[in-house]
Amino acid sequence: MSWFTKFITSSLGQKLVMSLTGLFLILFLCVHLYGNMQLFKGDQGYAYNVFSHFMTHNPVIEAIAILLYLFILLHAIQGIALWVQNRSARGGQNYAVKVTRTTNTNSFASRNMAYLGLLILVFLGIHMGDFWWKVKFGAPPVVMYDGEEYQDVFALVGASFQIGWIVAIYVLAMVGLFFHLLHGFQSAFQTLGIKHKKYTPVIRFLGWVYSIFVPLLFASMPIYYFFFK
Amino acid sequence: MKLDGKTPPGPLAEKWTTYQSTVPLVAPNNKRRLEIIVVGSGLAGAAAAASLGELGYNVKCFTFHDSPRRAHSIAAQGGINAAKNYSNDGDSVYRLFYDTIKGGDYRSREANVHRLAEVSNNIIDQAVAQGVPFAREYGGLLENRSFGGVQVSRTFYAKGQTGQQLLIGAYQALSRQIARGSVEMYNRHEMLDVVTIDGKARGIIARNLVTGELERHAAHAVLLCTGGYGNVFYLSTNAMNCNATAAWRAVRRGALMANPCFTQIHPTCIPQSGDYQSKLTLMSESLRNDGRVWVPKKKEDAKAIQEGRKKGTDIPEADRDYFLERRYPAFGNLVPRDVASRAAKVACDEGLGVAPTGLAVFLDFSAAFERYGRSEAHVKGIHDADAATIRQLGEKVIEEKYGNLFEMYEKITGENPYKLPMKIYPAVHYTMGGVWVDYNLETNIPGLFVLGEANFSDHGANRLGASALMQGLADGYFVAPYTVGNFLSGEIRTPKIDPNAPEFLKTAGEVQERLSKLMNIKGNQSAESFHRRLGKIMWDNCGMSRNAEDLTKGRQLIRELREEFYKDLFVPGELNEFNPELEKAHRVADFLELGELMMLDALNRNESCGGHFRDEYQDEKGEAKRDDKNFAYVAAWEWTDTSKDPILHKEELKFENVELKTRSYE
Amino acid sequence: MSFLEMLDVLNEELVNQKKEPVAFEHDCREGICGACSLVINGQPHGPMNGTTTCQVHMRHYKDGDTIVIEPYRAKAFPVMKDLVVDRSSFDRIIQAGGFISVNTGQAQDANSTPVETDVASAAFDAATCIGCGACVAACPNASAMLFTSAKVAHLNMLPQGKVEAQQRVLNMVKQMDIEGFGRCSNVTACEAECPKGISITNIARMNREYLGASLGSEKTA
Repeated sequence: MSWFTKFITSSLGQKLVMSLTGLFLILFLCVHLYGNMQLFKGDQGYAYNVFSHFMTHNPVIEAIAILLYLFILLHAIQGIALWVQNRSARGGQNYAVKVTRTTNTNSFASRNMAYLGLLILVFLGIHMGDFWWKVKFGAPPVVMYDGEEYQDVFALVGASFQIGWIVAIYVLAMVGLFFHLLHGFQSAFQTLGIKHKKYTPVIRFLGWVYSIFVPLLFASMPIYYFFFK
Repeated sequence: MKLDGKTPPGPLAEKWTTYQSTVPLVAPNNKRRLEIIVVGSGLAGAAAAASLGELGYNVKCFTFHDSPRRAHSIAAQGGINAAKNYSNDGDSVYRLFYDTIKGGDYRSREANVHRLAEVSNNIIDQAVAQGVPFAREYGGLLENRSFGGVQVSRTFYAKGQTGQQLLIGAYQALSRQIARGSVEMYNRHEMLDVVTIDGKARGIIARNLVTGELERHAAHAVLLCTGGYGNVFYLSTNAMNCNATAAWRAVRRGALMANPCFTQIHPTCIPQSGDYQSKLTLMSESLRNDGRVWVPKKKEDAKAIQEGRKKGTDIPEADRDYFLERRYPAFGNLVPRDVASRAAKVACDEGLGVAPTGLAVFLDFSAAFERYGRSEAHVKGIHDADAATIRQLGEKVIEEKYGNLFEMYEKITGENPYKLPMKIYPAVHYTMGGVWVDYNLETNIPGLFVLGEANFSDHGANRLGASALMQGLADGYFVAPYTVGNFLSGEIRTPKIDPNAPEFLKTAGEVQERLSKLMNIKGNQSAESFHRRLGKIMWDNCGMSRNAEDLTKGRQLIRELREEFYKDLFVPGELNEFNPELEKAHRVADFLELGELMMLDALNRNESCGGHFRDEYQDEKGEAKRDDKNFAYVAAWEWTDTSKDPILHKEELKFENVELKTRSYE
Repeated sequence: MSFLEMLDVLNEELVNQKKEPVAFEHDCREGICGACSLVINGQPHGPMNGTTTCQVHMRHYKDGDTIVIEPYRAKAFPVMKDLVVDRSSFDRIIQAGGFISVNTGQAQDANSTPVETDVASAAFDAATCIGCGACVAACPNASAMLFTSAKVAHLNMLPQGKVEAQQRVLNMVKQMDIEGFGRCSNVTACEAECPKGISITNIARMNREYLGASLGSEKTA
């Protein structure tokens, strides 16, 4: 085995994979959220459609997108592998009485990262099928801006978010994401070995803010469309 | 039998260096062929096994614990002495030697003690290099504190966990050798006998505690580092599994038991609270640096406290008797342990005790809170601090120093020692007596060495605080590697010892028989219940003060108890399985013989010295009266047959460098 | 009465009834040897912070309470009998590198290397680990990160331990993985249940040092 394989398959190497891919996904969510916020501009989806167009046609972005898909897969596969390993490390027997004390983390979130992750993965499947598949391989409606043809993703969104069960799935997934981030954000830093008397509280605070606002804003769109449009 | 201490010739301060430079050596190629068994993995055992492994010998190390790190050395709290003189307060090797000899009431061998003082400095160096995190001053250099019985600060410490840190250091050194393959570790193995071939110790019989199987292990030399026998008293500060079996089995094979009556009763333990109690907990002696020991002057106050009508804080200053400060102004609360313990007993015997049982005295930190608080306030620039602030600041300082001890006290008693004075009472803590060894730490059986608390060599009739860690590590790291080499240099032509030799098979058979006998009594009482009764007999008749009448009676009681034990013991489970009850029964069986010998030794020693106080031998002030003319010797007992009286051998103690004086701390 | 004295009474009663007593490990009974284990009502070493099983007292329970006592459960700590588990995997982790390679007699004067008090005190805090295994028992993943990292931190922090720091962390982590402990997912249950209050800061430190040693040096485990 090469030194790198040894390292990356070691317990701490595996965690590093989780941490780095996780942090990348956290960054991605910001970009995604920035795009989604265009929906609220009240310009009949102009800004949103332009942004979508840019994101699907810029070659650099497309290259990064491939990386993103890879990282999502890596994060999921490594996560599932860790989950399986960790279950077997317990020795196949659970305690008759369960107490779930922790010091620094949300006990529910930290103990259920795998389940929360799976929930998000399933959601991703639905979400991708709903939009990404339709945009990439379907025939979405088009609009013309300045004589150029743009896919009207805005219309797609509007249509989807009229359906109650889809909205429910989105909201549920965002609750899952909230918990997943609540632990994942600060945990990623701990795994990288970043723990400092002065700076860790800042990271924790940012983690909280991020975990609350990002899922909340994501969830606000389906809710907004469902109830107010 | 003529006992030869084998003290090297020459001036005291040069004996050890001369020995080191003239001792015959074993060449590396021969070391590889020689095997050594080390029994025990505490400070002495782990240090010896690691050091001998480093030298290139093949070492096998045994412990009955699941890991070498559990040995009871780990529980030592206060610190370790060394003559570094980092405090610039007049310390020196000679002074440490002198304090130890005097503290031991002139019942130890000069040359051994001087060697101990010499290597004390190397221990600190070694420990620091291993990563032992001793307390440090702001400049990053090592800090010292003072301990009982001395007037210098020479104690190195790591909060209240010095023993733990030193043991972990030794355990790590041992682990390194295990990883290198030079030490083979046998966890969960209990040594049950020594095997001798042609008069030399050549191996042990050990029981695999998991399978119950008896194993025969052969070697060119055997080192016993198995600790003291304080648990003969049942209630002591020793760990539950501490036992005398290894040492006692050596005695049964011809080694001598020296000064078994010298037991140390430690003054600062948490008083016994109930009948179910299985062990007592020590509060480090270092607390006496800052705590003041007192009882009420008036009996009615004491009574009120005993009945819970009053608290210690309710007694005004004028009605308190700080009896140690009163009786021993020069050393005050820092008198040696034996003196402090006896003084507490005297106070309680007068009805002035402060626990419901009447058996406790106060250890009060109010003065220290005040003193430290004032100094802290000064440092912080608070000039008009009120009493409450001062006390609060003082409590902080004390917490820094003894936080874990205070916490431990609160956990056990449920009382907050920051608010109420602590209650303490003496308890059995350490045994100065042990297997007789010469200057080489070798018993009268060639090839059988005894290290650490298990031997008798360095502490005389009373051990000073922070000296046990020093001795265990000195023996293991710095003495045994030379002296065991001395013996092995004569063994380089001896081929590998065969564990199937008839002597091994015979001894194993005897052990098997002994265990079967215990299993087959099939009576009605548990080993634990016998142990508890033995402990009570020992404490009542051979405890803090002894007299001929009690000792004679006690010896008789033990004999009766032993008889009952072999008639009515019940051991559940099977012989060949994981059976803690069988382990206990075997240990208690050995205690029952050792206990009798202690009574006999105490009866023989018609004087009061150190931890051994005979009511018949005291002056008008109640201080111990030593008899140097008749008892300046080591009483080494040979156990022949349980039905006969043991035979006493005397090793005269020669004092060429110190003058024998009445030990006074007034 | 302490918790273990309660078990003593139970066992004595069982012996008196000619039954086999319950096997459990214990020794010093003052919270330092690390021999006692037990998961009491779902918590290693019982309900109180900073306390080992032997320091739990029955005054914390009411008459008639039912107390569930279980052994530690982890693949790397196989149960030997009743409540006794085999924790020798911890020893092997230490043997992999939890030491400073200095032979007896090689040491220089103890005061020749000053150590900053904060460093000495942090090293001491990490070194107070008693190797009881409560961290593994508490961890939903049965991970030994707190134990391993405490030793790595203790030694790597001190100037004396710096020489071998990189190799140490690589070797110890490797051994930890071989023993079959789970992977840390930063749940912090270990820190919550550790009777000696060992901090997960040590885990972060080990992560850091492991990454540094793996990627930033030429060493391999």
